[in-house]
Amino acid sequence: MARLITVYVNNKQYQVEDGQTIMQALDKLGYHIPRLCYHPKLSIEGACRVCIVEVDGMRNFVASCAYPISDAMKISTNTPELRRARRDIVELLVDNHPMDCHICDRNDNCELQRLSYAMGIKQRHFVGERKRYQKDVSSVAVIRDPEKCVLCGRCVRVCSEIQGVFNLSYAYRGFKTVVTTAFDIPIAESVCSSCGQCINVCPTAAFLEKNYTQELFEKLCDPGLIKVVQFAPSVRAAIGEAFGFPAGISKEKETIAALKKLGFDYVFDTQFGADLTIMEEANEFLERLKGNGKLPMITSCSAAWMKFMEQFYPDMIENISTCKSPMSMLGAMIKTYFAEKIKVDPEKILSVAVMCCTAKKYEAKRPELLVNGLSAVDIVITTRELAWMIKSAGIDFVNIQPEEFDNPLGISSGGGAIFGTTGGVMESAIRTAYEIYTGEPLMEIEISQIRGMQGIKEGSIELDGKKINVVVAHGLGNASKVLEIIKKEPQKYHFVEIMGCPGGCIGGGGQPYAGANSIPLDENILMKRAEALYGIDRKKTIRRAHNNPAIRRLYKEFLGKPLSEKAHKLLHTHYSPKYPKGIIPKEMTLR
Amino acid sequence: MTTPIEILKKKKQEAIDRIYNKTYFSDKVIYVGMASCEIAAGAKEVMEIFKDAVKKGQITTYVTQRGCVGMCSVEPTVDIVEKGKMHTRYIKVTPDVAKRIIEEHIKKGQIVKENVYFGSKQKSIVICRGAFCLNQKTEDVIEEIEKEIKQRNLQDKVELCFSSCIDLCDEGPIVIVYPENRIYTNVKVEDVKLIIEQDIINSKQAEGVNVLQNGYFKFIKILGDYKNFKRQKRIVLRNCGIIDPENIDEYLLVRGYEALAKVLTYMTPKQVIEEIKKSGLRGRGGAGFPTGVKWEITSKEISDEKFVICNSDEGDPGAFMDRSTIEGDPHSIIEGMIIGGYAIGSSKGIVYIRAEYPLAVERIKKAIEQAKKEGFLGENILGSNFSFDIEIRLGAGAFVCGEETALIHSIEGHRGMPRPRPPYPSIQGLFNKPTLINNVETWANIPFIIISSAELFNKIGTKTSKGTKVFALAGKIKNTGLVEVPMGIKLREIVDEIGGGIIEDKKFKALQTGGPSGGCLAEEHLDTEVDYESLTSVGSIMGSGGMIVIDEDSCMVAVAKFFLEFTQNESCGKCTPCREGTKRMLEILTRITEGKGQEGDIEKLERLGNMIKKSSLCGLGQSAPNPVLSTTKNFKDEYVEHIRDKKCRAKFCTNLLTYEIKENCIGCGACKKVCPVEAISGSPKQIHKIKQDICIKCGGCWRVCKFDAISRN
Repeated sequence: MARLITVYVNNKQYQVEDGQTIMQALDKLGYHIPRLCYHPKLSIEGACRVCIVEVDGMRNFVASCAYPISDAMKISTNTPELRRARRDIVELLVDNHPMDCHICDRNDNCELQRLSYAMGIKQRHFVGERKRYQKDVSSVAVIRDPEKCVLCGRCVRVCSEIQGVFNLSYAYRGFKTVVTTAFDIPIAESVCSSCGQCINVCPTAAFLEKNYTQELFEKLCDPGLIKVVQFAPSVRAAIGEAFGFPAGISKEKETIAALKKLGFDYVFDTQFGADLTIMEEANEFLERLKGNGKLPMITSCSAAWMKFMEQFYPDMIENISTCKSPMSMLGAMIKTYFAEKIKVDPEKILSVAVMCCTAKKYEAKRPELLVNGLSAVDIVITTRELAWMIKSAGIDFVNIQPEEFDNPLGISSGGGAIFGTTGGVMESAIRTAYEIYTGEPLMEIEISQIRGMQGIKEGSIELDGKKINVVVAHGLGNASKVLEIIKKEPQKYHFVEIMGCPGGCIGGGGQPYAGANSIPLDENILMKRAEALYGIDRKKTIRRAHNNPAIRRLYKEFLGKPLSEKAHKLLHTHYSPKYPKGIIPKEMTLR
Repeated sequence: MTTPIEILKKKKQEAIDRIYNKTYFSDKVIYVGMASCEIAAGAKEVMEIFKDAVKKGQITTYVTQRGCVGMCSVEPTVDIVEKGKMHTRYIKVTPDVAKRIIEEHIKKGQIVKENVYFGSKQKSIVICRGAFCLNQKTEDVIEEIEKEIKQRNLQDKVELCFSSCIDLCDEGPIVIVYPENRIYTNVKVEDVKLIIEQDIINSKQAEGVNVLQNGYFKFIKILGDYKNFKRQKRIVLRNCGIIDPENIDEYLLVRGYEALAKVLTYMTPKQVIEEIKKSGLRGRGGAGFPTGVKWEITSKEISDEKFVICNSDEGDPGAFMDRSTIEGDPHSIIEGMIIGGYAIGSSKGIVYIRAEYPLAVERIKKAIEQAKKEGFLGENILGSNFSFDIEIRLGAGAFVCGEETALIHSIEGHRGMPRPRPPYPSIQGLFNKPTLINNVETWANIPFIIISSAELFNKIGTKTSKGTKVFALAGKIKNTGLVEVPMGIKLREIVDEIGGGIIEDKKFKALQTGGPSGGCLAEEHLDTEVDYESLTSVGSIMGSGGMIVIDEDSCMVAVAKFFLEFTQNESCGKCTPCREGTKRMLEILTRITEGKGQEGDIEKLERLGNMIKKSSLCGLGQSAPNPVLSTTKNFKDEYVEHIRDKKCRAKFCTNLLTYEIKENCIGCGACKKVCPVEAISGSPKQIHKIKQDICIKCGGCWRVCKFDAISRN
């Protein structure tokens, strides 16, 4: 334990641990200094200057997020001069911000709004020119609106430090400073992975998901369409938060009911798609283990990860599982198997997916995922968009009568549920691969080695005396670290799970915003969401994908067996190198 | 084993031999000032003319270059040195003048009177005032000589000049009499009378005074004249305008690399740090942190790698101290850095210099190459165990990169943006390694301190500020240029004595020091001493050395606006107060100068300014409001006039002017013709009238009127 030192806060004496910043110490003492650019998971920026405090003997105010606390320090947090400075700083941000709160996507959930209120800005003294920018709506996933940007730099840091994408940076100087992509190119042409973490950490509406709710509302009223929807495991683990429920409560049946009330004819479960993915992926892995294909095999479920890989690690394409994601597999089944079942022209089916993820919007538009020339998924909306639609349609989510999934694509195993959290795909795959390989069910079904929020988790399992090494990474920055290890030691792992977002899908870029008293990417919230999914798993009688009766029926009636020709056609895909502006193909750098 | 000192001695002798082979046997030497400023004034063309004449065999003269001596207002400058003749300096040398110098002076021995600065009188007395001895005895002798000349009314016959170090340091004070080139050594106050009476008046060697035998036509170069240089003390600029910066031999001649050899032979790193600490040297980049303490902190850090950085990202508008120093004497910086590296245990130095200084970049590059070749850089320097190397990194032109953490980011390949401190670079700097950053001027002081001792350096200056400070004198002053003055000198002395007062003898209004981070001082502050603390106490800062003189024709609101515009444009955009706050201040200032100022605007400026000062992330933001806060304090009346009366007393703010046609208008119609908006009406030979609501205040009519019939208020 660190040494205890004595400090004075507003003339009160306290003992605190040495070796922390003023803000960290004050947080523990119950003084919550207002803040904006600070984020515990990101490096210290010290940019917004909202968290300034007064320290005796210092000529200037100090940013409490950055300044180390020291023995005998005398800190004041609320002197009139300090309060005025903080207020003026926030007013300066407000003065350069569009005053359109009532038509803003972040209305009622905006850190600038909250700060402005907390600082008591009742009038504006310094109104002047305001910056003007065009919105960048080029991407199908992430929208950038620099006019709303307060230049806290959280997006820049999350994109580089957590995700390792380095797509965002500051450009220009002074009042013209703006966060943008390299060469100021549209997001769509950039290396953006579409993960949406910038949206998660943005205090305002400078980053948003591309919104499809209006289009969806219209289509839901189209009598000529069969409206089918699926939603991801982590949607049920988080949507409650948007309605004031504490984190960690699954709202699966409530979500089904709300979707029905919104006008969907069939509500299916992406967890079914997850089980299907496991059937294919576990078998693919065992084939590769036999020598048919490259090892280690790396999972391909995460859409942001796939775009990231194609851009930054195209030489690893052969290691990537050819399996489509659960969403796309289920979409493919909806447009084929299910269409046949209900004897409807697949063109008449509107396939919608509610995802925790912004990158799924990008995935749905990938041409290589078309099924007989049709999109497997027509529209992807995020958890946030669904929550808004429920509110906008006047559906009482809090008191709603729970409902059940439709058949046949609504039945899932516990293995499908845990797909939403980091390590879940690996765990589910091991449950199935083990049994296929050894012929016996895996008894220790919960694989704790690869659970939890640690960035990179290694584990191993014995398949008939053969040691299989696995590794799980979440967040693209961690993914890069694992890939660099693999480049150096290709034999080290057999099976690799990578999720693009911190925590896996539960921390996706489309999840509900952090509320008034929480922070985005809060590990505690992520763990609660994960726990909700593990809870679903525990409660299921069927916890292994291959035991899912609906999956068995699907193979029996339609696909044949895993990795069959039909399965290959509908459930597998391929990836190809991508060279957005600024990325030079390796062949060209060799010269 | 040979010691570094011995190796250096050998190298120096070799250098002397090389130089003598080149210059000594030629009886004439032409020195052309070739720093950026001189080149901009036309020195290159002048140089070509001299070189061409030599090439064509018209003259047999050795033509060489030197750095900037600091006389910006009269550049290009050319010195002619000839055995047995007066040492002559020409100023404002155009190609035509250069041709005349060749024809008249060099070929026929006639002075070109129109352009001569010194050396045209019968005699001159040159006193060695080299940096290294800077002793009181010399000053006393100077005073005595001045007194004697005045008493005997010899002003027309003899002139008094100063030379740079002639490397006879143990035999000073030294007085040289031209044109005979007699060198008197160990001159005492009593000797002055003898020299004047015998040598100056009667042109005979003064008896009773020590004289250097066997005609010593050594490496004597004149720094400047008495008037301009009396109040200066050249330590940093000791070689600027003296040596050829592209020739390491010349640097060796002026005791170059002697400090390094001394350190490597006799001193431990700890002793070096102690010496620097004892000297009282403080960072010359502006903040004034004690240099020795910084070195000590960095030396105590334990790390596999440490860095030494020379901050040459000089960015203040109008400031060129660092550029001139590098252009005039690059080796002194390299030598300082090597000593710094030795003291803190680093083997890697980086010169971070802005790409907008191409000549300085070229010269420091050349100097590094030469130093490597001569074994002052690289492995086992001067036969010691110490190795050190220097590389150059170019800045891309961001003012903020002069801030040390932004500079480090820039070297690392990131966008140059500051980060919060602590950790300070001394602990965690470049690539997170302990890093010693000092600016050009600080580094250039180091060899001097080591050679001349900390005590000598410590004697110069005030209680808290030791040594000298280089200033770039600019603005409405007669002698603009580069000056180096002892700390403690009064601002008034710089403006009036060195600067020569205001151009056209207009009224002094303000002195701006410290560039965009500094403040504007009023007449009443001119008796302030140059000292870190004194300047801060009156609302400005020492800064890196910009000094702009402002006269009655300048509007103080506009001056403040100019600097704020600069900082707003150069703000890195990271922290809110600087990025947004300076923008709002600029908007308020703009509206004041446009006649749209409102009651309460001054209070808003002060409120924002004080907040920005106390809340910004880095030094740029923390000092950005200074030009405004110092003017709202020292020149409040002007703000009030702008806001309340909509008047600008300097008649600078166009929008606040009113043009009116007076009774004496003869109706010539010139104004009417020139008016771009047809605001002037009137029949020929009738008094014309300006319609105020149409007038755009361009001033065209006022300029064109030949009868002074238009008032401008």
